[in-house]
Amino acid sequence: MHPAPSVIIFTTLSGLGFGLLAFLGLDPTPPTGWAAFAFFFVGYALSVGGLLASAFHLAHPERALLAFSQWRTSWLSREAVVAVAALSVTGIYAAALIFVGFHINWLGWIGAALTLLAVFTTSMIYAQLATVPRWKTPLTPLLFLSFSITGGALLSGRVDLSIGLLVFTALMQILWWVRGDRAFAQSGTTLATATGLGDGGTLRSLAPPHSSPNYLMREFVHVVGRRHARKLRVISLLLMAVLPIGLLALPFSHGFAILAVLSHVAGVATSRWLFFAEAEHVVGLYYGMR
Amino acid sequence: MTDLPTETTRKLGLVIDLDTCVGCHACAISCKGWNTENYGAPLSDQAPYGDAPSGTFLNRIHSYEVLPEDGPAQTVHFPKSCLHCENAPCVTVCPTGASYKRAEDGIVLVNEDACIGCGLCAWACPYGAREMDAAEGVMKKCTLCVDRIYNENLPEEDRTPACVRTCPSGARHFGDLGDPESDVSQLVEKRGGFDLMPEQGTAPVNKYLPPRSRDSWNEESVLAPFLEPVAEDTRGFLSWLDRALDKLPGGSD
Repeated sequence: MHPAPSVIIFTTLSGLGFGLLAFLGLDPTPPTGWAAFAFFFVGYALSVGGLLASAFHLAHPERALLAFSQWRTSWLSREAVVAVAALSVTGIYAAALIFVGFHINWLGWIGAALTLLAVFTTSMIYAQLATVPRWKTPLTPLLFLSFSITGGALLSGRVDLSIGLLVFTALMQILWWVRGDRAFAQSGTTLATATGLGDGGTLRSLAPPHSSPNYLMREFVHVVGRRHARKLRVISLLLMAVLPIGLLALPFSHGFAILAVLSHVAGVATSRWLFFAEAEHVVGLYYGMR
Repeated sequence: MTDLPTETTRKLGLVIDLDTCVGCHACAISCKGWNTENYGAPLSDQAPYGDAPSGTFLNRIHSYEVLPEDGPAQTVHFPKSCLHCENAPCVTVCPTGASYKRAEDGIVLVNEDACIGCGLCAWACPYGAREMDAAEGVMKKCTLCVDRIYNENLPEEDRTPACVRTCPSGARHFGDLGDPESDVSQLVEKRGGFDLMPEQGTAPVNKYLPPRSRDSWNEESVLAPFLEPVAEDTRGFLSWLDRALDKLPGGSD
């Protein structure tokens, strides 16, 4: 799959922002006043910034309101509805903390549930696609939720919890990669099932339909990016988990904590780039490519 | 609504005969022509006379080589367009309701005025049947020439999809695959028509007919006895040359 920067930025940042908002909602003693403003500002900047990045990658953003209508069948529509609900509920909760210093406990819980639900709906957009066997697994929502919760713990400054979650997320990521590497073969879709010509003998693509690449090949066949996939996986794990754990294990300082967050975000973004670049769409089979 | 109809009254679709398709691409050309001049946004081209021409097509023709364990390789031309699936994954993923499957005839269509160009339907289609038009930013797909098949302004023989009308080898057939008595259903029954990627669970309406088996190297030709060499021995100049060359050192094959 083509790793579109807008989608990588959106899913990485919004996951992180929603994670932070979830922790702020669950906090029994949340910050108030200006401190609350700072925390919620970061949470909203990340999640709304991500949503805007995704809206601008649409060819017709002026029709975006229609995307709230098909929640009965479409995970993308559900994402839009849940994300707006999460931001609205959390917005009221945040306003009460910032301006009145009043903690509406139950509203925070609802907001946290909705923000995590928003991350879940994002992940299901990918996990629902039978056409991309690497994505079609319950591990995909688990991975997205681990990233979001871990990022939220880091951003809200929970050091001990963060270390545990970083270890968990790294293991989750490794599990997702190991399963993903076998997924295409296990899906059972081959050039033989794609053409129905397998009984006749060995198949190969003799001539593509056109002499130069088309939309389908640009969107679904991304071979170049996989060349350094192994190295990038190691880099991603180092940045996402190993380095932040090391920084957090040192005596606490705000400088190290910020470095840990930045390193984690860079690692997650690398992982998200691989999430798309390594994903093989079954339509590539028709072109003799993956 | 992107809910799929539980049942469609008819299942209009195509039957494509891989045995008779000659790979001329006439179906792709006539499709591009009709669908650029009629319903919906035109099918644009980008740099059609440039180094890397690219454009939107609703129908593309692949060519495959089938190499049996013994015998010569066979070339199979393989036209591919929307299969108007009964369980169309492209429809249910659409966030705006632009994609829909018609209850009356099963045709899968896009309402271009509601399409935001997110591209998710193309991701959900295993067949590569949907292409985003680079000029209009809306998703394009085969309409089964919905503006021809019901068009009473056209002569009756033209009320069939452009690809079917133009195919010079009769490799494309159009009809109601929901009616077991229809010509297309009978053809599928007789020739062993099959689904593409059945494991994807899309239940495509369009069917493909397999290529018939070809001659093999080992088969004895019925004409062979009549084609035996008339003369076993050489005579005259060639015979002399043959003997003279045999006498030279070095032997013969």
